[in-house]
Amino acid sequence: MFDVAIIGAGVVGCAVAYELSQYKLRAALIEKENDVAMGASRANTAIIHGGYDPATHTLMGRLNVEGMRRCFELCEELDVEHKKTGSWVVAFDATQRTTLEMLLEQGVANGCEGLKILEGDIVRSREPNLSDDIVAALWIPESGVLNPWEFTLAMAEVAVRNGVTFMPNTKVCGLTWRQDHYEIKSHTIRSALNMSEDSSFQQEYHRETDIIAIRAHYVINAAGVGSDLIHNMVAPPAFEIVPTRGEYFLLDGTAVDHLVGSVVFPCPTRAGKGVTVSPTVHGDFLIGPNSEVVADREDTAVTGGALRDIAQKAHRVVPSLNVRTSIRNFAGVRANSTYGDFFIEKSATNFIDLAAIKSPGLTCAPAIARVAREMLQKDGLLKEKRDDWRGGRRIIRFKEIPEEERDAFVRENPLYGRVICRCETITEGEIIASMKREIPPVSIDGIKRRTGTGMGRCQGGFCGPRVMEILARESGRDPLSIEEDGCGSTILIGRTKDPRSREVSSE
Amino acid sequence: MHDEYELIVIGGGPAGLGAALSAREHGLERILVVERDVQLGGILNQCIHNGFGLHYFGEELTGPEYAARLIDRLNGQAIDVLCDAMVLEIIPGENGHTLRLMSADCGYRTVGSQAIILAMGCRERTRGAIQIPGTRAAGIFTAGTAQRYVNIEGYMVGRRIIILGSGDIGLIMARRMVLEGATVVACVEIMPYPGGLTRNIVQCLQDFDIPLYLSHTITRIEGKQRVEKVIVQEVDDRFHPIDGTDIAFDVDTVLLSVGLIPENELSRAAGVEIDSKTSGPIVYENGETSVPGIFACGNVLHVHDLVDFVTTESEGAGKAAAEYVLRRIDVLEKRIYEKVSHDDVNLQSPSYDDPQKVACEAEHARASHDDVERSALIDDLSKKLVQGRSYCLSIVRDETISYTVPQRIRVQRVDKQVSVFFRVKNPQKMPKCIVFRDGERIVASFRRPYMMPGEMERVTLTREQLDDVCGNELLISVEEIR
Ligand SMILES: Cc1cc2nc3c(=O)[nH]c(=O)nc-3n(C[C@H](O)[C@H](O)[C@H](O)COP(=O)(O)OP(=O)(O)OC[C@H]3O[C@@H](n4cnc5c(N)ncnc54)[C@H](O)[C@@H]3O)c2cc1C
Ligand SMILES: Cc1cc2nc3c(=O)[nH]c(=O)nc-3n(C[C@H](O)[C@H](O)[C@H](O)COP(=O)(O)OP(=O)(O)OC[C@H]3O[C@@H](n4cnc5c(N)ncnc54)[C@H](O)[C@@H]3O)c2cc1C
Repeated sequence: MFDVAIIGAGVVGCAVAYELSQYKLRAALIEKENDVAMGASRANTAIIHGGYDPATHTLMGRLNVEGMRRCFELCEELDVEHKKTGSWVVAFDATQRTTLEMLLEQGVANGCEGLKILEGDIVRSREPNLSDDIVAALWIPESGVLNPWEFTLAMAEVAVRNGVTFMPNTKVCGLTWRQDHYEIKSHTIRSALNMSEDSSFQQEYHRETDIIAIRAHYVINAAGVGSDLIHNMVAPPAFEIVPTRGEYFLLDGTAVDHLVGSVVFPCPTRAGKGVTVSPTVHGDFLIGPNSEVVADREDTAVTGGALRDIAQKAHRVVPSLNVRTSIRNFAGVRANSTYGDFFIEKSATNFIDLAAIKSPGLTCAPAIARVAREMLQKDGLLKEKRDDWRGGRRIIRFKEIPEEERDAFVRENPLYGRVICRCETITEGEIIASMKREIPPVSIDGIKRRTGTGMGRCQGGFCGPRVMEILARESGRDPLSIEEDGCGSTILIGRTKDPRSREVSSE
Repeated sequence: MHDEYELIVIGGGPAGLGAALSAREHGLERILVVERDVQLGGILNQCIHNGFGLHYFGEELTGPEYAARLIDRLNGQAIDVLCDAMVLEIIPGENGHTLRLMSADCGYRTVGSQAIILAMGCRERTRGAIQIPGTRAAGIFTAGTAQRYVNIEGYMVGRRIIILGSGDIGLIMARRMVLEGATVVACVEIMPYPGGLTRNIVQCLQDFDIPLYLSHTITRIEGKQRVEKVIVQEVDDRFHPIDGTDIAFDVDTVLLSVGLIPENELSRAAGVEIDSKTSGPIVYENGETSVPGIFACGNVLHVHDLVDFVTTESEGAGKAAAEYVLRRIDVLEKRIYEKVSHDDVNLQSPSYDDPQKVACEAEHARASHDDVERSALIDDLSKKLVQGRSYCLSIVRDETISYTVPQRIRVQRVDKQVSVFFRVKNPQKMPKCIVFRDGERIVASFRRPYMMPGEMERVTLTREQLDDVCGNELLISVEEIR
């Protein structure tokens, strides 16, 4: 029996797990996918928002500045890649200029510091590639970018280190209150990990599931785009998720000359914050997102029309931008809802919704976790802190080792001398180290999220086979069982010359 | 391994091997080849089909056989080889260059070298670069990655396969996958003509009844975890998909053969000037880049379709690097400095590209009253003369030609002749002429029965032809036969 079960291992669920791990209690983090950060928390603009954008009376408005400051602190404490770049909201005409003034006022009310409006020429002297048509811009110094999946993972790792049970491949399908606890009915998806040699030829195997029941006194719903479904298992419908997709270009930072040094937003409209141009922590540039309501909550496909539209809009802000240097397109689905704000409520006995966490949910996650903690404390939980809690986290990244220390380091740790990902200069040592941490990666993309392999311009074309070999070797798995990403995304279908690898003709 | 070399070759593919061998043959004694893979040979190791070496060795070899011939030659030579090691940075210097490289065995090292040859090959263009809409399911490979899995690691990547792009690697892989028991449903090409060699279209597609859809492209990939279906559409002449032309293919795998990109991150970071058309360095007649003492050859310079040409090109670069080192550039520089500062008579000698202009500039330099300025001007001019940079021919092209290599020729450096590689922009199905012009005057003209963008062309200009050029530009174009 768990004291608390958190459903969903996105940034919100993991921030809560991190918070709870500091107390004496048994917590579970339940996730339907095979890793943390498989939903919105891995496909977003990665911006630590300054806090001027959400209306002051909303939860978003109240939690943003606190979340932003906590994000920067946590990134330092947990060694998460981030950059405090500052950001701009640019205005192209007088009407938009008025919007800037309104945003400045709202920002001050929300607790932002250092906001100012600067004239076009001054803006361009700091960001020379911005359009000549920009007349003024709002400068938000306290903001930046982070590596969103690493942020999520880092909090989860510390949580697991301090006793939280992470349950991947476990999809919650029913919640029943039984006097003093919830029975959480879940499908567990048998992962490819324990497949026999033979079964690797049957992709169907992955979808075979078992039903289990997990018991917990308290449930926290952090299921992202699925959060209304979880809510509806215990309470009358109160909101409905309106899945809203955003698509992106990732531009190769080695191919384009410096585009922008900080995050650049157009003036916000009803539809949202608009298409941004922002640097990434890896030295590339992210262009997007658009905003399109989709029927399927997990429809992260990219479309030709949206991409053309995004390119056009970004071009207006940074005319020299060229999407021919694109190395990847991707999309994420926002948990927008009919409610309009974050839905943070105690909706039933021992049940808290941290639901409909749309943008700026990544930034707000640490503040949302603080709110959840206080709600639990009000209910009498979390009385005692653990005295043996171990926080902090340090990652060795070859690229960050100072020039003069590299030789000695590599001689002592030869695996760090073998470059596996040539685009991002990631070494075998880093990959193996990532497999020894609290939540080991199980897929090629799991290693990508932990180390950065395959993130660069060749998108794993070069390192993919090598990463697969290391993953298989170090975890004692058959390469045939290795997946690209989620369950069922196997890469290889068999050995050559093996009749089972051939296509079975339908005649 | 030493701390100082005369020449370091980055990359141990056919280009790097050819360059190292040739530099050795031309007198260099301290040469190092650095290769990132555990073995030499480069991409040839995974090209197990035949068709290599017809031009160079006069017989048909497989990729690994071709590589083995070069490696055998190398083994007999006093050339240092460091495999499983990666060059991370090139730091150009006035008196020799510095490299930073790393391997598990030798640690993180800084090594000096008088000359450097770039031979890093190329990488494949990916899905992100061409923006194919749809899901990001597993089962989408670049053809070269699939080739590695199948030919080197011994794994199958799919059962029902569609190929996007008709580049040579895609065509070769279409045949390979069929031979390995898979079904290849189609090869789809957005251009109205194929991208690969005609012989590969015939031998890899037609011989196996694989349909080739020209002026078509994949407009959607479906499937949540693994590819399940692909939608192909015809495109109009501006490459926009035409409504109502959808064809759906049930496949589990997509192979991309949509272009190769020279791997020039190291070169770019070292300040080497890059040609936006080839994505490789801009080079002079001998393969020297804009940074003195750094040379380039093979796929890092421009994408080749035949390895035989890579070998010839790299032999030229190796020879040039040896000359660069052995000529002891600093001695030469000093001699020219003397000449510029005292002796205008010798400057009239024809060993300079534009004697009148040089004499004029030297005069101007000597006339300066300010001592510091004078020596700076003389210094400058003598440097320019040594490198021959200011007096050289640029090859310019009209819209019929997509690129040339070299892009610049220092005529005085041309021994007897220089090869110019180029590609035409559009298919030329009727006999045409390749014409080089100096203003209106025709310098050279070469007849070709047909030319395709997918097939690299080579012509040779002689020193005599170049000596006659008056202007400083040479225009290359495709013209009707007159
Ligand atoms: C396009 C886009 C751009 C954005 N840009 C920014 C930005 O720049 N800055 C910012 O601050 N915010 C941004 N956001 C918002 C931010 O990404 C989200 O608010 C945040 O990631 C939400 O985290 P989450 O944990 O609630 O949801 P998620 O990360 O989606 O996590 C929910 C998890 O629950 C799991 N789950 C769902 N149902 C079940 C079930 N039945 N059983 C078990 N597990 C289940 C899912 O698999 C998922 O892993 C953006 C969002 C999008 C989509
Ligand atoms: C995937 C692929 C398949 C091909 N298939 C065919 C074919 O079937 N038939 C055909 O005729 N041609 C084929 N080609 C063309 C073929 O590549 C050329 O003919 C020839 O191999 C190019 O030689 P190269 O030496 O320039 O490049 P490569 O053979 O690519 O060699 C470059 C070498 O440099 C090394 N290197 C790169 N960067 C560094 C660094 N920083 N430090 C150390 N080492 C480094 C690489 O590991 C590599 O070994 C193919 C090309 C590719 C990319």
